Amino acid sequence: MPMTSERYTATAIALHWIVAALIVGAFAIGLIAVELAVSPQKLKLYSWHKWIGVSIALLALVRIGWRLWHPAPALPFGMRRWEQHVASGTHVLLYTLLLVIPVTGWLMSSASGFPVVYFGVLPLPDLVAKDKALADALKLVHYVLNKTLLVLVVLHVAAALKHHVLDRDDVLVRMLPFLKPRDPGKET
Amino acid sequence: MKAVTALFAASLLLAAAPTPADDIDYAQSRIGFTFKQMNVPVEGSFKKFRAQMRFDDKRPEASRAEIEVDLTSIDTGAPDGDTEAQRNLWFDTATHPAAKFASSSVKRLAPDRYEITGKLTIKGRTRDLTIPVETTRAGADRNFAGGFVLKRLEFAIGEGPWADVETVADEVQVRFRMVQRVAAKP
Repeated sequence: MPMTSERYTATAIALHWIVAALIVGAFAIGLIAVELAVSPQKLKLYSWHKWIGVSIALLALVRIGWRLWHPAPALPFGMRRWEQHVASGTHVLLYTLLLVIPVTGWLMSSASGFPVVYFGVLPLPDLVAKDKALADALKLVHYVLNKTLLVLVVLHVAAALKHHVLDRDDVLVRMLPFLKPRDPGKET
Repeated sequence: MKAVTALFAASLLLAAAPTPADDIDYAQSRIGFTFKQMNVPVEGSFKKFRAQMRFDDKRPEASRAEIEVDLTSIDTGAPDGDTEAQRNLWFDTATHPAAKFASSSVKRLAPDRYEITGKLTIKGRTRDLTIPVETTRAGADRNFAGGFVLKRLEFAIGEGPWADVETVADEVQVRFRMVQRVAAKP
């Protein structure tokens, strides 16, 4: 019986890590930009933040599409039922937030009267008219969803490390571009 | 006593003469602009301005226009933008609270289309400006609509780090509409 773990496809791995890096970037830039006084730097950071956000949403769509054709490898044996539920629930929520958070940012931009121009080239249509109260509400939603994402990402990373260090399975490795799956012969 | 009477007579005269700015319908008039930051078009406007216009469609060359814009009334679309725009790197409204345009000549290009040439002064800098204007009649009102591209750096609007046109473009599209009540013909 073959013991080699099925890995994610190279495309899925690449997309996962590109999106992970973009999320870290957008998150950091967003946090810095809101603190800055009005300056050219602030305007640049806001634009970069928006471009990255739109990219994340687009790549999330690509990832979901890819995943439909290339299902994720099965969860390891021995995971309890509730663990399986938490794992799949977290992933569904993560994908959802990758799409919803950029859209709330886009809505917020429209409501604030600052349209999004992707990479300074492609103007995105305004989804709502300028409306201060709506902009403030969306700002709060954008913030709360990001804090939710932060919690989920921490959970996601902790779970991956738990699988790798405590369970000693291939859940982390199969998403890594450089580590080989554990040699089943060395398992006790 | 004589002086008082003279003063009284003068004040009566002043009261009788219509204030030139009285015939502008400010509720319907508008001075707006579109600037681009990071290539994102952002709309703004000036809420307060005064205009004195004498328009003569029989003798266009006798027409005059003077407009004074209260720069502290700027609306950039965001409160922190409004504050920033009034600082010394931008309009420096503490020193130069108003922008002024005074026409020097008016030319008819076509029926209802004119070209106003004059001088625009912002932040102590004066530049020649030619503005195409279209007139339309709407009941007792005459509308004047026009626009021009203002190069903000010619007036030092946005100095220092803000002079970077990659962040905020040099060209600002200005659009206006003045509505003037036309005196009923006797």
